[in-house]
Amino acid sequence: MSQPVTITRGTSAARMAGVAALIIVLALVAAPYWAGRADMRLLGEIYLYLALATLWNLLAGYAGLVSVGQQAFVGFGGYMLFALTIFGGLHPLLAIAGAGVLGALISVPVAGLIFRLRGAYFAIGTWVMAEVFRLSFAQVSALGGGSGTSLPTDIVRSMADGRSAREALSYWLALGAALAVMAAVYFLLRSRRGLALTAIRDNELAASSLGIDIWRTKFCVYVVTSGLTAVIGALLFLQKLRISPDAAFSVNDWTAFVIFIVVIGGIGTLEGPIIGTIVFFLLRETLADLGTVYLMILGLVAIVIMLRAPKGIWGFLAERYGLELFPLSYRVRHSKTDKKRPGG
Amino acid sequence: MEWVNAVVQGTLLGGLYALFAAGLSLIFGVMRLVNIAHGDLIVLSAYLGLTTTVALGVHPLLALVLVLPVMALFGYVLQRVLLNQTLGQDILPPLLVTFGLSVIIQNALLETYTADPQKMDAGALETASVSVGPLALGVLPLLTFGIAIVVIAGLQFIFYRTALGRAFRATSDNQEVAQLMGLNKAHIFGLAMALALAVTAIAGVLLGIRTSFDPSIGGARLIFGFEAVIIGGLGNLWGTLIGGILLGVSQTVGAAISPGFQLLAGHITFLVILALRPNGLFPRISG
Repeated sequence: MSQPVTITRGTSAARMAGVAALIIVLALVAAPYWAGRADMRLLGEIYLYLALATLWNLLAGYAGLVSVGQQAFVGFGGYMLFALTIFGGLHPLLAIAGAGVLGALISVPVAGLIFRLRGAYFAIGTWVMAEVFRLSFAQVSALGGGSGTSLPTDIVRSMADGRSAREALSYWLALGAALAVMAAVYFLLRSRRGLALTAIRDNELAASSLGIDIWRTKFCVYVVTSGLTAVIGALLFLQKLRISPDAAFSVNDWTAFVIFIVVIGGIGTLEGPIIGTIVFFLLRETLADLGTVYLMILGLVAIVIMLRAPKGIWGFLAERYGLELFPLSYRVRHSKTDKKRPGG
Repeated sequence: MEWVNAVVQGTLLGGLYALFAAGLSLIFGVMRLVNIAHGDLIVLSAYLGLTTTVALGVHPLLALVLVLPVMALFGYVLQRVLLNQTLGQDILPPLLVTFGLSVIIQNALLETYTADPQKMDAGALETASVSVGPLALGVLPLLTFGIAIVVIAGLQFIFYRTALGRAFRATSDNQEVAQLMGLNKAHIFGLAMALALAVTAIAGVLLGIRTSFDPSIGGARLIFGFEAVIIGGLGNLWGTLIGGILLGVSQTVGAAISPGFQLLAGHITFLVILALRPNGLFPRISG
């Protein structure tokens, strides 16, 4: 009973999603020509949250490194943007790249220390690190100490001529960063290392017995994620133009919200953070007037999803309809019957 | 003399940190659960103490008569209704559920009590001190330290000398076999959380007498407790006390060097220990 069999990654749903995504991205790229100032600011924030969520998802959902301290790198990136432009005299764009490189570099000794902690204790260890970063930057009086500092106007002006040109540039940077982060994670997961990562996600013991160096794989993911998170941090504070230790290293803004986004959307999937970001901002724009009650609702939703649908909204949809918008897994296709079976 | 004073005050402060840590250590020891909301539960206890003292006009320490059983009951219900559902091989559910719980408690406190700092009025106890040689020791810090020793000795006794402690240790060693021996895992875990939150109630009320508090300080209390646990070594209750003392001394000595250096000094001590002795000073169990 030998049937001709082909193995593919693509599905028609994925191809359709690809076309739709292309159209949406083109429309978003053109946003400075059709959207208002406030809309662009909101969209920029959405992109940066999407990027943070995608990165946290890679860390927690794939590498099993549940961090509640990624604000360390958001804040570090923000501060590096300020330090490199004010003291280093770098152009803001160069400073953003520099923040990423420095973020990756500093994450090496950080990982060396906190990788000694297992599981949940690792999570709190990352939080301690974020606190160390916050307290350290609060000591630097050249950067405004505990009360923070603003980006000097001549540096802001050096980005582009005129306010609307600057805002458009800042918008495109945010959009570009989100797309780059998603592309990076997507291609990482399709690569050999990504396969190792997915194996670790599914079963650490089995992955290790197949010869995957778990420590090294996780270490690489941590360093790459931290560097990219620092880039996003630099972009976030390029939008805000003002930084202070409490805002830069806020556990609520840069970790709690990001975790909610990923959990609600679906942890361990690439589509999850997109869905989660959309849901999060819809909730925020409609319920934010409720203030603390809104945050309590968010906490409650996250708990209920974690208990009742641990794979989130996307996981639920994907399981039910066999969807996969980012073709990551392999499918065996019998050419006669054209049966689809998700695998890998 | 300034340094001796800093070390002595830090040691006494360590008693409070040991109380933060004991509950955390207990539930990790029994069910390998790390409760991210632990700090917020400490702050919740402080607020319950505040409401009790204001409503009944009693001394904060007397308020414990009410706060302690309320927190213990809350712990039991929380464990049975919510946290037991999260336990398993995967570390994500307990982490994220307690993280969500932390956000809920924090914002519920914010909604009820506003963000204004509050403090409990303990009358003369707050300022009373005894002189030992050239040092003036506050009665409240001394009392806190004494309570920490009694609580840890009590937990140690429960763990190693009672049927309940045997059940805790059995469930910790092997849940399935413990179940086969007729122990109800869900109930045992509920009792462990009740005990942990009873300790949390004591810690919270003592914190609320010592300093002013607001809904946002839970995270830092969790971190202090966690650092004390790791410095002392996982699963070792007396080690937790030593960890708390080391942390407290680091902070007061750091503050004596420069006020901005207080918290940073504590974290640095923790990181140095983590670098040199990743399992803490006196480890009992592996994490």
